[in-house]
Amino acid sequence: MKHIKSLTTKKLSHNLVSKGCGECQTSCQSACKTSCTVGNQKCEK
Amino acid sequence: MIHLFNLDEKNFVIDVNSGLIHEISDVVYDILTLDSQLMKLDQEKLSNKYRQQDVDEAYDAIKDLVDKQLLFTASNDIVPKLKPVLKAMCLNVAHDCNLTCEYCFASQGDYQGHRSLMSLETGKQAMDYILENSGNRTNLEVDFFGGEPLMNFEVVRELVHYGKAKEPLYNKHFRYTITTNGVLLDDEKMDFINTYFDNIVLSLDGTKETNDEIRKTLTGKGSYDHVVPKMQAAVKKRKEKSYFIRGTFTGKNLHFADDVAHLRSLGFKSLSMEPVVTQPGDKLEIKPMDLDIVKEEYDALYKLYKERMDSDEDFSFFHFEIDLDQGPCLYKRIAGCGAGNEYIAITPEGHIYPCHQFIGDESFLIGTLSSGITNKDIQDQFYQNNVLTKEACKQCWAKYFCSGGCHANAYHFNQDLGKPYEMGCEMEKKRIECAIRLKAERIERMENNDH
Repeated sequence: MKHIKSLTTKKLSHNLVSKGCGECQTSCQSACKTSCTVGNQKCEK
Repeated sequence: MIHLFNLDEKNFVIDVNSGLIHEISDVVYDILTLDSQLMKLDQEKLSNKYRQQDVDEAYDAIKDLVDKQLLFTASNDIVPKLKPVLKAMCLNVAHDCNLTCEYCFASQGDYQGHRSLMSLETGKQAMDYILENSGNRTNLEVDFFGGEPLMNFEVVRELVHYGKAKEPLYNKHFRYTITTNGVLLDDEKMDFINTYFDNIVLSLDGTKETNDEIRKTLTGKGSYDHVVPKMQAAVKKRKEKSYFIRGTFTGKNLHFADDVAHLRSLGFKSLSMEPVVTQPGDKLEIKPMDLDIVKEEYDALYKLYKERMDSDEDFSFFHFEIDLDQGPCLYKRIAGCGAGNEYIAITPEGHIYPCHQFIGDESFLIGTLSSGITNKDIQDQFYQNNVLTKEACKQCWAKYFCSGGCHANAYHFNQDLGKPYEMGCEMEKKRIECAIRLKAERIERMENNDH
């Protein structure tokens, strides 16, 4: 890397039409039960 | 909006609106810090430190990102897609416990009420409730919770079968989780859990000393010696199926990195360690003055994780596992935890609360299994409080990772669902930075292996 290396490629706004299905896990049902970390959930699609 | 940070000799910029993350050189980091408008006004400060050619190249590289709309992207002009639909339920099958953990938000199991177990009839009513009120959602989640759910395991067992039998009639799929202190775990229960449960969360705080300071039996003895062998046997039986060993750290014991290391030494690989939830002023509260220590502990944990990565001693830490490419969609990141709408908690008496942490506070009772959700006003308050509406979140770089944080923490510390618990925010930000740094590490190692 000389100056910039992108670690991610997909924007949050990518292909929004097909998103929002709601089938993913509810964050508080995972390991935490006390602190919300939505960003480490998985997309079901 | 961007966020710049460095950790362990690497620099990063997060483009908040797009969620894109870039690893950057020192000169790019300095340019974005000193000259975020890219006006080339601070050349002198840069030329003292870098060759002009490097500065020019760095400016060009930044400009290229901006031109490709990969940096300084516009804010997301988006509204929550749909009124959320119920899909998850915390089923408190036992408001009773066989431990007396000092920090328990359920007041040692009874949630400030009387000790009680959920009847099979109420449990079935709850299962019917989620089946009938989950619209077109296919995947439904039930977490058997308490108190201690193994104290009412026959009801758990019946409800698991009940739900499974109903799945085809409603075209649904249940995912079951159980959160337990492990005291009553045995082979027979584990076999059942392994057959039917997607996840098991086992509560254990770390070393014997740490654990037994807080997690005591009814006679005041530490629980470590009793539960550790059971948990080890349970995890061994679990094989490849999901489990978590979940600890809690408090203001009384902030050095949780050692506890995580200890949990790993016991053979557990899937770990989570959460900051305690307390009322302000509680003796276990993590205070603002503790924040530096907590951050140092996350750094220590980061270091341990990195050292162990790709070795036989590796482990996963819940908050460090961020999938940067296949994570949740923007709608989910705005909607947050879904408490009160996508997610509810049910008491043994069939009362409905927005989540397990509001149980016992009558002002948050939103309905009953008989009446359904009648207090739509509270339900709506939870829905309306999201990262697009909360003032503190609007300006925060971490908003699409935490999605506004925990409603219960906000309410318990600030008596306001719209005002996030600041300490929680700071800890979350630190965890996200560690997670991103570890992701960069993993990518670098993969690239090196490829070459």
